[in-house]
Amino acid sequence: MTLNYLSLLHALLPEASLVLGALVVLGFDLVVGRRHDLAQRTVYATVLGLLAVLAAVYHTYDARVDGEVFGGVFLLDSLGMATRLGVLVLTALTLALLPGVTKVRQPAEYVAVILFATTGFTLMAVVQQLLVAFVALELASLSLYILAGFDRSRPDSAEAALKYFLLGGISAAFLLFGFSLLYGLTGSIALPEIARQLSVQAMTPLLLVAVLMTVVAFGFKAAAAPFHLWAPDVYQGAPPISAALIASGSKLAGLVMFTRLLWSGVGPAAGNIATFNAVPGWVPAVALVAVLSLLVGNLGALAQSNVRRILAYSAIAHAGVLLLGVITAGKFGPAPLVYYAGTYGLATVGAFGVIAVLDAAGIGGSLADLAGLRQRSPLLAFCLVVFLLSLAGIPPLAGFFGKFAVFAAALKLNGLAGWAGWISVFAIAMSAVGLYYYLLVLKNAVVVPGRSDAAPIKVPLAAATALLVAAGLILVLGLFPSAVLQAIS
Amino acid sequence: MNALPWTIYVSFAGAALALLAGNRAASVARAVALATALGGLALALVAAAAFKPGPGLQTLVNVPWIAEYGIRYHLAVDGISLTLIVLTGIAAVAGVLFSWNITERTGEFFALYLALIGGVYGVFLSADAFVFFVFYEIAIVPKYFLIAIWGSTNREYGAMKLVLYSFAGSALVLAGLLWAYAASGANSFAVADLAAAGAQLSPGVQQGIFALVFTGFAVLAGMFPFHTWAPTGHVAAPTAASMLLAGVVMKLGAYGCLRVAMPLFPAGFVYWQPVIAILAIIGILYAGCIALVQEDFKFVIGYSSVSHMGFVILGLAAANAQAVSGAVLQMFSHGVIAGLLFAVVGRMVYERTHTRQFSDLRRLPLHKTLPFAALTFVLAGLASMGMPGFSGFPAELTILIGTWKTSPLWAGFAGLGILIAAAFTLRAVQVSFFGSTEAAAPAPAASHDPHHDFAPITWPEKAGALLLIATTVYIGLKPDVLLDWIVPALRSPLFQAVLKGGQP
Repeated sequence: MTLNYLSLLHALLPEASLVLGALVVLGFDLVVGRRHDLAQRTVYATVLGLLAVLAAVYHTYDARVDGEVFGGVFLLDSLGMATRLGVLVLTALTLALLPGVTKVRQPAEYVAVILFATTGFTLMAVVQQLLVAFVALELASLSLYILAGFDRSRPDSAEAALKYFLLGGISAAFLLFGFSLLYGLTGSIALPEIARQLSVQAMTPLLLVAVLMTVVAFGFKAAAAPFHLWAPDVYQGAPPISAALIASGSKLAGLVMFTRLLWSGVGPAAGNIATFNAVPGWVPAVALVAVLSLLVGNLGALAQSNVRRILAYSAIAHAGVLLLGVITAGKFGPAPLVYYAGTYGLATVGAFGVIAVLDAAGIGGSLADLAGLRQRSPLLAFCLVVFLLSLAGIPPLAGFFGKFAVFAAALKLNGLAGWAGWISVFAIAMSAVGLYYYLLVLKNAVVVPGRSDAAPIKVPLAAATALLVAAGLILVLGLFPSAVLQAIS
Repeated sequence: MNALPWTIYVSFAGAALALLAGNRAASVARAVALATALGGLALALVAAAAFKPGPGLQTLVNVPWIAEYGIRYHLAVDGISLTLIVLTGIAAVAGVLFSWNITERTGEFFALYLALIGGVYGVFLSADAFVFFVFYEIAIVPKYFLIAIWGSTNREYGAMKLVLYSFAGSALVLAGLLWAYAASGANSFAVADLAAAGAQLSPGVQQGIFALVFTGFAVLAGMFPFHTWAPTGHVAAPTAASMLLAGVVMKLGAYGCLRVAMPLFPAGFVYWQPVIAILAIIGILYAGCIALVQEDFKFVIGYSSVSHMGFVILGLAAANAQAVSGAVLQMFSHGVIAGLLFAVVGRMVYERTHTRQFSDLRRLPLHKTLPFAALTFVLAGLASMGMPGFSGFPAELTILIGTWKTSPLWAGFAGLGILIAAAFTLRAVQVSFFGSTEAAAPAPAASHDPHHDFAPITWPEKAGALLLIATTVYIGLKPDVLLDWIVPALRSPLFQAVLKGGQP
């Protein structure tokens, strides 16, 4: 095996630009920022951070679809490229929310940590080796823990960070244990080699344990039930902009990494749920988690009165659909999954963006606090309508086609003559429940009149642009989903 | 002909314009809405004038949309869809005229209203099941906001119930269509392709998919026992929204049954045919009986809509050329008449008296104070009862004759429904407009007589009412205008498969 460091550098230039960008952000703030006030430092950090993301986008295109790199540690395929771009777009939107909105007192550190997390995400998009996968996941996770606890003025931010960290740590332990078992069984940490080894092995209890450990960690990362308990508290307690990244970019990257891991690595141990006689493996386990998530997420959201908690439970429900997309990715490719996760990310970043602006304006997070939003800021109300209706799956917004594509794939597995088909029917039925709680939020924002003395809410220019871009992307991708589907052929 | 897709685009553009105009002045938003609705109607009428009836769909646009799934943006028209497009145009114009007094958030009201209209036009023009479904769902959400913001009586409950019923129905449709798409293996959502592939499926699967898709659409058509959203929703809705809901949106459901569910799975339809017919008859009689005892004027109209839509579903269930063409005619006729009834109740009477309770209306000699409203309602009531000279007569007669050919028993029960309709309509006319004679006697002609306070009927109301009355009379006298479009359309192979299989 000859290792070509030059090709490795070329392949990882996006990550290099992000890390370099993070260092420049820190350095610039150290040298120049101290002479300026907080608002200006935030603007500087954001602009530099956006430039770093822009460079990463350029290098992602430049790296092209290149096949295996560095002895197969990374795989630059169309899936990896699309995921990297998706993650970068989500990060850019998150960053653009900062100026004028965030109350963080160390903007440079905040932006730098966001960039480090993004580095983890983009690595997760292309990795196909267990060790680097774990490191990339931990880079992203540790950054997210910090982001969750970044608001030191609020105790619930610290609580969110601690919960996220403890549960995340446990799930990482599960993952590492699963990985070591896989290594022990196959003697390799490279996904293609693991698949080769497993394809000649029978399903042993040890393999099943290894696979289930991986699924547990995956369930945690995807905020799927019954590993979802951290999500409502983190979504509620973390600074909204951190929550935006946790719910969007992190999810897209995690799903793609685990889809790669499960299909190109332990694919031979997948099992099957296309018929009613399920073959044991990780697919039935993931299917079970999907059903539980659909149930817990949709029913749990009904009981909430806080918008962020509703979004958290809706995220759990969406995780159910996404896991269905993971199951179908083996046969029909990951395009529906990536489309769904990407457009879900856009809508979630947008929704948390609206919440962040409201938070900055001193408006609380309960449903009743939204009353009169339409009078106070038509822009925010309009954007919120677009984001939530997309999450609810109303055409022509992108959320609808995402659902459509995933359900179509699940039904194509074997129609209604197997579990997969019935899970998708269940998910379709649950979407009516989803519409109820999304409309409940929108009712408060759009229908219920506010107090007559309520002042208009000022939306900073950058945040307004980010929200409108996200809403526009949701509409455009909903009308022309082929643009994404073709990119992941 | 090729201008017809512009009905969709003009409506959505009008919606955006009305939203922007609403920020400046309500009157501008109103003018934009009226211009948009008139534009849509004009496009429909011009297309109708140039329309050459024939079997099969006449393609207007057909371009690839989502190639990965074989989805094409395919718009087409035949006599059936053209009938309903003209209806939509008329209902849209009348609805704008009857919303002239909306002063609160006017721009948003008309934006949502026109978005709903655009979705409806889209449904009627779609020839691809996916496109159909997209427009069908676009038409759902505006209803929620129209009712929840501008409605009355229990509006948030009514709005949420209506939207969840519609959405649950459309979820069934989506599940059925996806199942059909997956099971048939056809990489296309064109109704013809799905039908060809669907015919290869086993009878059990066909029956299952048909049940899903048909039930999903029937929810919106107000078929018993899925009708309960309709009265509460119609009552809660602002006048223009009730007019559209009863007049056009319920037709989306019936149209979906006819255009998608039945041609897709003729074998499934044959299996469920008696069930559908019985549910339709129960709906006609049951809703009619409930309308007979309502004390709220608007609930009477709401339940009467369910009863009249039962005739549409019965006509579809009878599945012969005559009954189905009668059903389409009834869709048109009921669309116009229900619009008129809701306009009188919601706009002319309620906006002035602020009550819809018969016990209150009985004390007001409305035939003296609001003679135009009384006259309109009497005419609409006659039309609704199916009196000759109005569109309800040829429609229900055609359905009954057609149904008789399939099953005299069904026709007999349905005929009973016409009697009940006459009873509840006459009761409503009597109690609400001519109820004062007995009740006014005990009350001395007091000085605080509220009668003189009523604002006179305004010109938009008169114009809207005249438009709808003229339409129902014209079609009542000359139903061939529409039947000449509808009957040839039923000769297309897709419908023939259903109609031939229609003998029980």
